[in-house]
Amino acid sequence: MSDKNPTDGPTRREFLQSVAAVAALSGVSSSDTFAAEPAQAMKPVIQKIQLDVNGTVRSLSVDTRTTLLDALREHLRLTGSKKGCDHGQCGACTVLVDDMRIVSCLSLAVMHEGDKITTVEGLGTSGKLHPMQAAFVEHDGFQCGYCTPGQICSAVGMLEEHRKGWPSHATADVAATSIALSDAEIRERMSGNLCRCAAYPNILAAIKDAGGIA
Amino acid sequence: MRSFTYERASDAQAAARAVMDQPNAKFIAGGTNLLDLMKLQIETPAHLIDVSRLPLAKIEQTDSGLRIGALVRNSALAADRHVREVYPVLSEALLAGASGQLRNKATTGGNLLQRTRCFYFYNRDKPCNKREPGSGCSALEGINRNNAVLAANNTCIAVHPSDMAVAMMALNAKVETVSAAGTTRTITLNDFYTPPDTHPNIETQLKPGELITSVSLPPPPSGGQVYRKVRDRASYAFALVSVAVAGNQIALGGVAYKPWRASKAEAALGSGASPTAAAEAELIGAKGYGGNDFKIPLVRRIIASTLAQSREKSRA
Repeated sequence: MSDKNPTDGPTRREFLQSVAAVAALSGVSSSDTFAAEPAQAMKPVIQKIQLDVNGTVRSLSVDTRTTLLDALREHLRLTGSKKGCDHGQCGACTVLVDDMRIVSCLSLAVMHEGDKITTVEGLGTSGKLHPMQAAFVEHDGFQCGYCTPGQICSAVGMLEEHRKGWPSHATADVAATSIALSDAEIRERMSGNLCRCAAYPNILAAIKDAGGIA
Repeated sequence: MRSFTYERASDAQAAARAVMDQPNAKFIAGGTNLLDLMKLQIETPAHLIDVSRLPLAKIEQTDSGLRIGALVRNSALAADRHVREVYPVLSEALLAGASGQLRNKATTGGNLLQRTRCFYFYNRDKPCNKREPGSGCSALEGINRNNAVLAANNTCIAVHPSDMAVAMMALNAKVETVSAAGTTRTITLNDFYTPPDTHPNIETQLKPGELITSVSLPPPPSGGQVYRKVRDRASYAFALVSVAVAGNQIALGGVAYKPWRASKAEAALGSGASPTAAAEAELIGAKGYGGNDFKIPLVRRIIASTLAQSREKSRA
């Protein structure tokens, strides 16, 4: 995937990164801009890590503060995962780590050495969409699209949790051995993914379609 | 976020020693609460010891009940077959908290140690004795819809936000720890949290470097089990008030600095009081601060209705 046509000028992201690089070279770190910074504030700590992302092992140097989300977006240019709230409240940054859905904004990149990470870019390609991606297109499961990569990764993880027989808050009897994925179950299990456009009815339809739920 | 150095721990005792040995060091496991607080500079550790890969993620049936490793994920614990059948109130409480993504990351030990969601603890522009001891409590006369009605004082009226811990409190859970010296100890969950009397910034009995290794549960009491949670939206919100009932054992969430064992209500029930009268007994001395006055009648009703519900379940 290419960010831009090679004949175009720098993208906004590249421009911002070059400004940041100049600031770093000239010794202006972001911490210097806060006059009230206490004396014990430490310089940035850089660590080398390897991440297995979408089937490829990638080596990168990150500030220890870098979240998994920022490592994916800013270091590996995988901008499918979105930053909404950056506090684990909206779900736009949802990725799969060892096939389990998590919010990548509340996890440090340095903690994921050795984990298998799947982002929306790893689920399918534009020529061969993942069934969940195809269902979101088919059912118009979005309006602005910003929450969509998170919705799709979360839905894929959610169906796997259901396949393993996990109950939810919507399950009447948590000890039940077979739990039908009703609309109420899907809505509860997807409550960690907010859609500001409120495309929920179509998101629900897309998930039911991709999950083979009548 | 402030800069910090990072290391991955090799074993529990080494992790405890690493936290002891370095100033301003902290354990990190799931990180779902700590990283949020670090981004807001409410927590500013200089060193993080990553304990997430330690072999403490087992759920084991023992002679005396169940042992839950400190690193068992909230989702794994909620989905455990034995927990669902024998301790359903625990599974229900876990599933009432957070979102699927967060439960996949959050751990048992971390859940116990999560910080309050009091509005002012998060607002660095306002005084908060828990965040900055001695600065005052803004919640007393501020937005206190979420705050405590039991065992609070003018120092701090924050509540413990966990759902899981409320069920564990009703189930007589004990917390097991290891220190940097390698000594282990067991603390009842009821004694684990310290009241906000003088140091609301200190929330538990844990000593520097002491690491939670597991939570143990005795066999459950006979009778039905129910977790009931009241919140401002139907999913993915903290409790205004919650109640866990296991037989005649009752614990409350959203009302105090810790998951609150309703021992006065239990005693009243034992003396033959009605569920409503038992709830009244628990609420003697309850105090609202304006925005949370509604919690007092809500607690009375939720105890009575959930007791009735658990008794129905017991008969079923």
